[in-house]
Amino acid sequence: MSTTQSVLDLQNRIARGDTTARGAVQTALDAAEKLNNTLNAFLEIDREGALLRADSIDIEPDKSSMPMAGIPIAIKDNICVRGMQTSCGSRILGRYHPPYNATVIDRLLHAGAVVVGKTNCDEFAMGSSNENSAFGPVKNPWDTSRVPGGSSGGSAAAVAAGIIPVALGSDTGGSVRQPAALCGVIGLKPTYGRISRYGLVAFGSSLDQVGVFARQAADAAVVLQTIAGRDPHDATTADVPVMNYIGETAKTLDGVRLGVARSLMGEGLDDEVRDAIEKAIDAYKGLGAEIVEVDLPHAKYAIAVYYIIATAEASSNLARYDGVRYGFRAEDAPGLRDMYRKTRDEGFGPEVKRRIMLGTYVLSAGYYDAYYLKAQKVRTLLRQDFMKAFEKCDAILTPTTPTPAFKFGEKVDDPLAMYLNDIYTVTANLAGVPGISVPCGLSSERLPIGMQLLGPFWGEGTLLRLAHQYQSAQPFSELPAVHA
Amino acid sequence: MPITEADIEKIAQLAHLDITADERRMFAPQISEIVTYVEQLDAVDTSTVEPALGGLTPEGERTESSRPDELQPSLGQKLALDQAPDPAAGHFRVPRVLA
Repeated sequence: MSTTQSVLDLQNRIARGDTTARGAVQTALDAAEKLNNTLNAFLEIDREGALLRADSIDIEPDKSSMPMAGIPIAIKDNICVRGMQTSCGSRILGRYHPPYNATVIDRLLHAGAVVVGKTNCDEFAMGSSNENSAFGPVKNPWDTSRVPGGSSGGSAAAVAAGIIPVALGSDTGGSVRQPAALCGVIGLKPTYGRISRYGLVAFGSSLDQVGVFARQAADAAVVLQTIAGRDPHDATTADVPVMNYIGETAKTLDGVRLGVARSLMGEGLDDEVRDAIEKAIDAYKGLGAEIVEVDLPHAKYAIAVYYIIATAEASSNLARYDGVRYGFRAEDAPGLRDMYRKTRDEGFGPEVKRRIMLGTYVLSAGYYDAYYLKAQKVRTLLRQDFMKAFEKCDAILTPTTPTPAFKFGEKVDDPLAMYLNDIYTVTANLAGVPGISVPCGLSSERLPIGMQLLGPFWGEGTLLRLAHQYQSAQPFSELPAVHA
Repeated sequence: MPITEADIEKIAQLAHLDITADERRMFAPQISEIVTYVEQLDAVDTSTVEPALGGLTPEGERTESSRPDELQPSLGQKLALDQAPDPAAGHFRVPRVLA
């Protein structure tokens, strides 16, 4: 049995008795263990727990209310799973074991999914290359000398390599969509408030969303449908009905208006990426979509706005790591204040410190209005740009990243160059709108290229439909160099 | 605005970070460059614009998120202390606070 099957195939095979939950989970565990020396995608693989859980699903007489019965899934190591570690890729949490499940995990387990492991990520989800993990970077399965993207690089690589059909990540400025593009898989960031963040370790609270990786858009629809919806444990989840996302994917694109913002496709965009996007636009025309020009005049300020707001929120959220209640505590500190400072110095890596300091600076007395408040106002203008654009179209197509995967070490000493890699993705988090990255070709160096579709609030159904119809017409069947 | 090593030291103090001289030398030009980059926002006229604090959608704003003020099950003392670096007698023990 190949692990590169979709969730829907696996469901059918389990239902028909061609395989069992144990068989499916064992295959995933074998692949995860075999490839981890090469990819470093997993920080923890729970063979024993996953097989026990698979067995309990196999003896379940009625699986009709379990839409993910026996489906193996991997979870980014900043989402709490009881019985497993949550390190956030950081020394300061290390082998912290949360005493509760995130709401998304409870919902997945209720649907019959089996968590096989926790995936590597940039420390506290801060990074675009995975080079900020305290436990070594994840390698890109297409070329192990290149980054998988970040911060959810482990989840992206594990899905791309065919270890598991689906995985969860988190997306604060592109941390699901960017690695999805660089690894050649689907990456969905839903509307702000669509999925509960209870049990997701906080980074930028007005930006964070849990996101889904899959090879097939229909599989992403299955997972979204399982985990979406209001949660009393997260006050930011909205009381908006969860639609039949799987049903949406089957609809044709006749009459769908697809916006293209050519003003965003100028300087810094790789020629091969531009060509792939132009081809995708043509493919959508062929599928019956109407192409309309849109403009997002404030999008050029998005990186500046994002790195003020995200770092400000991070500096506040990460104040809780002080060595008192959980995680790492530095030794030999004579007083409480020394202990805080030493713990945080030894526990956090350079990028996390850089962002905490930048956030502290923009919030500090005398600078708050000039930086933080100003950024929140420009954010309003950016949101208005999107609202206006969505009067003319149902979704907007952009590249996901300016270039395909870059080499390790290429941008690590130049934080601003690294941040500019997020130019196409941060806008969705600032505006709160959903976005999906869909593989749309390979470069001449056989590196995946991703296109991004952005939708209006609660437009996940349209995005999944656009992604699924594109995948059906232009199947992306290439396999990475490293795969199960 | 240029950020000096002295500024970095002050920010690190505010953020409870005990950074080294090497880190100060690395962070000062990097944070300076980022701050200079974000200052391009000064060019945007925001005199009549409200800030987008919170990031909620209109539907999110309308969602009732309060609940009756009733006792609900919680972690309990044992679980809450389970991951503490230095638990003692049912408490989180920390180094001395006063010199």
